[in-house]
Amino acid sequence: MHRGDPSLPADPPRRLTVALVGNPNTGKTTLFNALSGMRQRVGNYPGVTVETKKGRLQIAGRMFELIDLPGTYSLAPRSPDEMLAVDVILGQQVGEARPDVVVSIVDASNLERNLYLTTQLLELGVPVVLALNMIDIAEGQGLRIDVDRLSRQLGLPVVAIQANKGRGLEQLRAAIAATALAGAGGRPRPETPAEPTVHGDGALPPCPTFPPAFEQEVEALHQRLGPSVPRFLVRRLLLDVGGHIEKRWTDRQSPNGAAVSRDELAAARQRLAEAGCPVPAVEARTRYGWIRAALAGCVVRPAQRPVSWTDRIDRVLTHPLWGTLVFAAVMFLIFQSIFYWARPLMDLIDAGRTWLTDLVIASWERPGPLRSLVTDGILAGVGSVLIFLPQIMILFLFIAMLEDCGYMARAAFLMDKLMSRCGLSGKSFIPMLSSLACAVPGIMATRVIENRRDRLATVLVAPLMSCSARLPVYVLMIGAFLTEGHPPWVPGLTMFTMYLIGLVTAPVMALLLKRTLLRGETPVFVLEMPLYKWPSLRTVLRRMTDAAWAFVYRAGTIILACMIVVWALLYFPTTDAEGRRYEERIARLERLDPQTPEVAAEVRRLHGEWKARSLLGRVGRAIEPVVRPLGWDWRLGMAALASFPAREVVVGTLGIIYDVGDVDPGEIAETPDVRQTELGQALLAAEWDGQPGRKVFTVPVALSVMVFFALCCQCASTLATIYRETRHWFWPAFTFTYMTLLAYVGAWGVYQVGSWWLGT
Amino acid sequence: MLSLDQLAIGQRAIIDALEATGPLLQRLLEMGLLEGEPVEVVAVAPLGDPIEIRLRDYRLSLRRAEAAGVRVRID
Repeated sequence: MHRGDPSLPADPPRRLTVALVGNPNTGKTTLFNALSGMRQRVGNYPGVTVETKKGRLQIAGRMFELIDLPGTYSLAPRSPDEMLAVDVILGQQVGEARPDVVVSIVDASNLERNLYLTTQLLELGVPVVLALNMIDIAEGQGLRIDVDRLSRQLGLPVVAIQANKGRGLEQLRAAIAATALAGAGGRPRPETPAEPTVHGDGALPPCPTFPPAFEQEVEALHQRLGPSVPRFLVRRLLLDVGGHIEKRWTDRQSPNGAAVSRDELAAARQRLAEAGCPVPAVEARTRYGWIRAALAGCVVRPAQRPVSWTDRIDRVLTHPLWGTLVFAAVMFLIFQSIFYWARPLMDLIDAGRTWLTDLVIASWERPGPLRSLVTDGILAGVGSVLIFLPQIMILFLFIAMLEDCGYMARAAFLMDKLMSRCGLSGKSFIPMLSSLACAVPGIMATRVIENRRDRLATVLVAPLMSCSARLPVYVLMIGAFLTEGHPPWVPGLTMFTMYLIGLVTAPVMALLLKRTLLRGETPVFVLEMPLYKWPSLRTVLRRMTDAAWAFVYRAGTIILACMIVVWALLYFPTTDAEGRRYEERIARLERLDPQTPEVAAEVRRLHGEWKARSLLGRVGRAIEPVVRPLGWDWRLGMAALASFPAREVVVGTLGIIYDVGDVDPGEIAETPDVRQTELGQALLAAEWDGQPGRKVFTVPVALSVMVFFALCCQCASTLATIYRETRHWFWPAFTFTYMTLLAYVGAWGVYQVGSWWLGT
Repeated sequence: MLSLDQLAIGQRAIIDALEATGPLLQRLLEMGLLEGEPVEVVAVAPLGDPIEIRLRDYRLSLRRAEAAGVRVRID
């Protein structure tokens, strides 16, 4: 009986759950971080692409579970993603306890619209605490809010807070604890009061009351569906035309098997329209009407709306000329930082990997499969995962700052028209731009896009943008085959064309996807332009580390597995035709003193022969007929296969297979004259097997290789990231397939046209 | 008949009716675009679309095609 009484020790206390709900841009994440401290977990749900965050909250010695639900303007679910919050609050989400309290966080400077969501929470039968955030900004705009009166009129505990400064959090904690314990001990709040109870200052019902005609229709449907169905969902069934509940309960069956047909729903809506409460307008009218009444006398506005900082800043930042210039500068800064500033950190990671590899080799003298697995498989794999972290963290540093300060919405505003031409919205711009440096952070950045189809389209075309891993391939081919004997503008133009291929193909492909596989009604753009504010350091750092961790944890394991598979394919079998082990032959040669050039050449030849005899080498030979239309011999085919983990690997593989040893793609990219390098020499001299004098590489072949690598998806990290973001194997498989086809056709076309043009 | 997308920067008007349908209509209503609410166009994106409006106590941007579904009258 006394379980809920805080003065008595509970026997054994059930862990209470607090859910955090609010509109976007209300500082919800900041509040969550401030309440839950450093230890946070991510909640994933089957069939849903959004996540929740969970933390612990300690109040007066009692532990609460805190769950941060995705930000939303309204609980009118149109998709499984949007249904998640409703299911959690109603206690219908498998694996989640029903919250004992919902904290509704609202922007104090924009109360009317923020309270819309709160009024929906009031109907869910769960106690609500209202957190009035950014109270300082509201006061700065001359708004005076009478918190006590607001609390009386809304019939809720209301606490004014400044989440970013930590102000008011003690009072908020106390209100949460008091409400949770009162609710846990007593009866839950009735879902819909039968009689409007009079309380507070006026005769305001405790939540918006819909017109009787509407409630009659709801009642009739509720009778049909049975009392176990929450009344809130019955209202949603009637209100959300084409919404998630309608789809779920008319296509299949309601929870009790009592199906409602679409015709019945349409008839009910028709009756409501005739009764003067059309769906869905009746909801907004009812809620906003109640909110105005509840706010009466609680909020005093200045007679003249003062010109705010946001107004002044926006005069520049959304100005046709200045806004565009600032935008270009910001985008340039982001691009520059992920393209160049990440470089030293990436080099450091690479140097660390090399150092560790050398250490292993030095202390583990006997070569063998295990040593090779550690150095060429695991260490190389871990290195190739960690190498992405600088770019991911720098990009998310910018994204978190831009989102937190309010500029992200302006960027989408400025770029929307351009992106809408390829069926996307302004929110796809930053992910696409970032993909010019690397598709992995670019794909992760698509999280800012709420619409599922827009987000998928962006994810699927982002890898077409020419990333920095393609650069070594371009430099090698252009440097070796398109410099000497060509006009001086040829190398630059070729490089530009390679970038152009991605810049043109990606939007065309996006448009194609939006017209076919991802077809659907144009998503609503309607976008809030939040107030500008200083980004919170904690929120920004948190986003950065979360993004890095998510990548390492989920994508990293897949990348590592891919690297090990490719390593094994290149390592086995380990013996030559006479059954002698390559490793031992190479080790014996390396022990010779002095190391004459002949010995070194023999070592490189053995490495090349070993790769050629490996499983992947055999596959390369087997598929030669497939790559021959591209002008490639089996070596090129095999090098392309071996570059599945990452495009730039092709450079190193070519080096080994042409007996010049492993070549660092980074060095090739910075070489002033590729023709003077050993690899450049080897490629220039390469001839077809059994056809002395017939060169492998001609200008059309070089172009075909470049076009192939511009369009293909030889990047395990990208595919792993696509899996991680879409939670389905279909999408990475689809991306790999369509890009490989595109690459093959592109390379074939370039080679055929080029050969015909040059008459070779 | 005037619609929201036809207003110039700085022009104020009162919402008369919403002619949108489906998810757009519902989103506009949720965001507080109701009959009788005053709105003001505050900016237009460099490429002419979308537009930015002020209503209630906040700012909202929407595409011209979306704004065309909001009928307004000049007070």
